[in-house]
Amino acid sequence: MANTFVAIATVTVGSGGAANIEFTSIPATYTDLVILISARSTGADPNIMIRFNSSSSNFSQKRLVGDGSSAASYGTYGEWSAWASASTDTASTFGNSLIYISNYGSSNYKSLSSDAVSENNGTTAYMTLGAELWSNTAAITSVSFVMGSSNNFSQHSTATLYGIKNS
Amino acid sequence: MPTKLVVDCSTGAVEEIELTAEEIAQREADAEAAAQAKADEEAAAAAKQAEKEAIAARLGLSAEELSTLLS
Repeated sequence: MANTFVAIATVTVGSGGAANIEFTSIPATYTDLVILISARSTGADPNIMIRFNSSSSNFSQKRLVGDGSSAASYGTYGEWSAWASASTDTASTFGNSLIYISNYGSSNYKSLSSDAVSENNGTTAYMTLGAELWSNTAAITSVSFVMGSSNNFSQHSTATLYGIKNS
Repeated sequence: MPTKLVVDCSTGAVEEIELTAEEIAQREADAEAAAQAKADEEAAAAAKQAEKEAIAARLGLSAEELSTLLS
């Protein structure tokens, strides 16, 4: 791994669970951001929504989803950037997600790509690739993750924010 | 009361903070909107598939033959 790949912060969810995970006061000294998430939901919905600067507006995306038996693409419902294992999946398993945010400090619209899987020892387990756009010119100073369907992140879920410099 | 974990990247400090009433309302509204958008998109996909199958039927193709053509 390049020595310009720096772990900025890590958080682990405690026994009470958490509705959101937020990275605030993100330093502006990097070119790109990467976030790795290992997560399990307290509910049946494995989707995790992303927020920039606490905003849930102006997100759009294209997403490919496979579930072990079929594939589909989606385009209108945005912000599903990361996936957890659902509470109905195999016990003690956690979904994995990688999110890459390019040029987070620029004055252009912000794009991100995501690569995520749920984990389940069963016939259905999800994997997804997504391309997403936040149509906002503000520099990103905070990134939040909200578990879908008003569920919570289960204990032992983790998220790590990395900064990447292009030189 | 649901909580959020907030990491201050300038200090590394982690705080567990209860969501405000406004944040809870926003969370619920977002979940409802996302569920509705997903349902709408899946309904549109189902309608499109039904339209394809209707066209195939007019052409005398079975669902399996249509699937082969589109795969």
